Amino acid sequence: MARVAEHAAALDVERIRADFPILRREVHGRPLVYLNSAATTQKPRQVIQALVEFYEQHNANAHRGVDTLGEEATALFEGARAKLAAFVGAPDPACIVFNRGTTESINLVAHAYGRKVLKEGDEVLLTQMEHHSNMIPWLLLAQATGATVRHLPIREDGTLELDALGSFLTHRTKIFSVTGMSNVLGTIPPLRRLADAAHAVGAVLMVDGAQLVPHLPVDVVDLDLDFLTVSGHKMLGPTASGGLYGRRELLERMDPFLGGGEMIREVFWDRATWAEVPWKFEAGTMNIAQEVGLAAAIDYLQVLGMENVRAHEERIAAYAMGRLLDAGARIFGPTDPSVRSGAISFWFKDIHPHDLATVLDQEGVAIRAGHHCAQPLMRVLGVPATARASFYIYNTPDEVDALIDALRVAERLFRTA
Amino acid sequence: MALEQLYQEVILDHYKNPRGKRAVPGAELSCSRNNPLCGDEITIYAHLEDGAVADLGFEGSGCSISIASASMLVEAARGRPLNEAQDVAVRFRAMMAGSVEPDEDTFGDLVSLTGVRKYPARIKCAVLAWDVFQEALSGAGDATGDAPH
Repeated sequence: MARVAEHAAALDVERIRADFPILRREVHGRPLVYLNSAATTQKPRQVIQALVEFYEQHNANAHRGVDTLGEEATALFEGARAKLAAFVGAPDPACIVFNRGTTESINLVAHAYGRKVLKEGDEVLLTQMEHHSNMIPWLLLAQATGATVRHLPIREDGTLELDALGSFLTHRTKIFSVTGMSNVLGTIPPLRRLADAAHAVGAVLMVDGAQLVPHLPVDVVDLDLDFLTVSGHKMLGPTASGGLYGRRELLERMDPFLGGGEMIREVFWDRATWAEVPWKFEAGTMNIAQEVGLAAAIDYLQVLGMENVRAHEERIAAYAMGRLLDAGARIFGPTDPSVRSGAISFWFKDIHPHDLATVLDQEGVAIRAGHHCAQPLMRVLGVPATARASFYIYNTPDEVDALIDALRVAERLFRTA
Repeated sequence: MALEQLYQEVILDHYKNPRGKRAVPGAELSCSRNNPLCGDEITIYAHLEDGAVADLGFEGSGCSISIASASMLVEAARGRPLNEAQDVAVRFRAMMAGSVEPDEDTFGDLVSLTGVRKYPARIKCAVLAWDVFQEALSGAGDATGDAPH
């Protein structure tokens, strides 16, 4: 606990807040209290500036021309790849495929790896706490190949039912794809243990890193991951930035995903050969400016230190959960802050989450309400929707207090009728 | 103040004491739909007699706006001739779209839902029950014409 407090002190939140222009605006005449970073994070001026500078000084298509701008754009784009590779501990920048983020990455693996490897009778293992983006690509794959999709259950406390792992993860399982951090429950599964279990039956482990990578130090080699997705917009980067980490030998075995310019080596009327990884998977003009912006976001996070980011979130999640429980909210997922994220789903006084979100917005407090792209999980939890407050590096305990005050406003409004 | 305009007492009353929140026995027409954005779910049941909506009810779960709107729908359309009931739905949509002015004589409690127009994200909550209602009534030709007597 002392260690956590020390780290938390290392994050100078007031100074961080000064870097985020949007945090100075008002909503309905009140200061914006942004508690929806699990949906997308706000952007510091350093990232915004990187986009401006790219377009004002270096804009060109990457990997195309030999002109100065083309060389600069290519160097920045490939520099961003090296930066993201180092950020997740990838041994080689070639293991990083750029694309729009997690959804596109999972579709890529389901298509380019799944269709090559899976046949009728094979299984893809997911869990009950996956986002639709880690479900639908596998359902489409199952329809195309005759494979079956299974779901490892969760326990009452929102953690995975690991005792059942042996009966779900078998020699029939070819792909195990799991969130690294649930966007609804905040649960952080034991990824190394899951990787070992998957490899023991000859399966690959894919981790949906949309929520994980922005909030915790991640090392794909230590965790022994085969695939990891990164959503840049959830870690201070521009929308449509991020991509896929893949073990190099897997990426090399895989077929292309999208076809088009730049992903080829040689094209004939009736056939073609493919570029080296990762470019084999990067068809057409890429999201160059966005990935350059993501590089600035990674720089920003590395200056803070991911250990400090995590410690700050643990501390604020602990405070928020305490205040929410005191206020009479029901919290979904683990309540021990050391095993969960700062995305806190809750149910408050039988007020529908949409009504809560509307009332809170009038108070300047932005949260997410709905099924969070996890309809089957909502059925397991027995609620139509939840409200979710999620925290990041720029959030303060005062903002937790503003959330609680706004909840009281909602409570008064719905009690008077 | 804005909140009180959205959550008027009449809306909260319909939400807490919804009218016609039940399956209708002998309903020839029923239809379910959910709002994929928020998970709200409404089922409408209608029993037709002599070309009129003799009985009407709904089941489901949702926010205060969607449940209140469903409850008001039951009050506004129950007992009306089929064509009139369909007309109410058309005019309600026009009112929510802003092309028809709210008028208490025509719309009754439904007028209170015009406060939702200022919250574009919530308009879909107000029209969910009406979507389901119109879809249910679109089967009326089959139900009245082909049903065995």
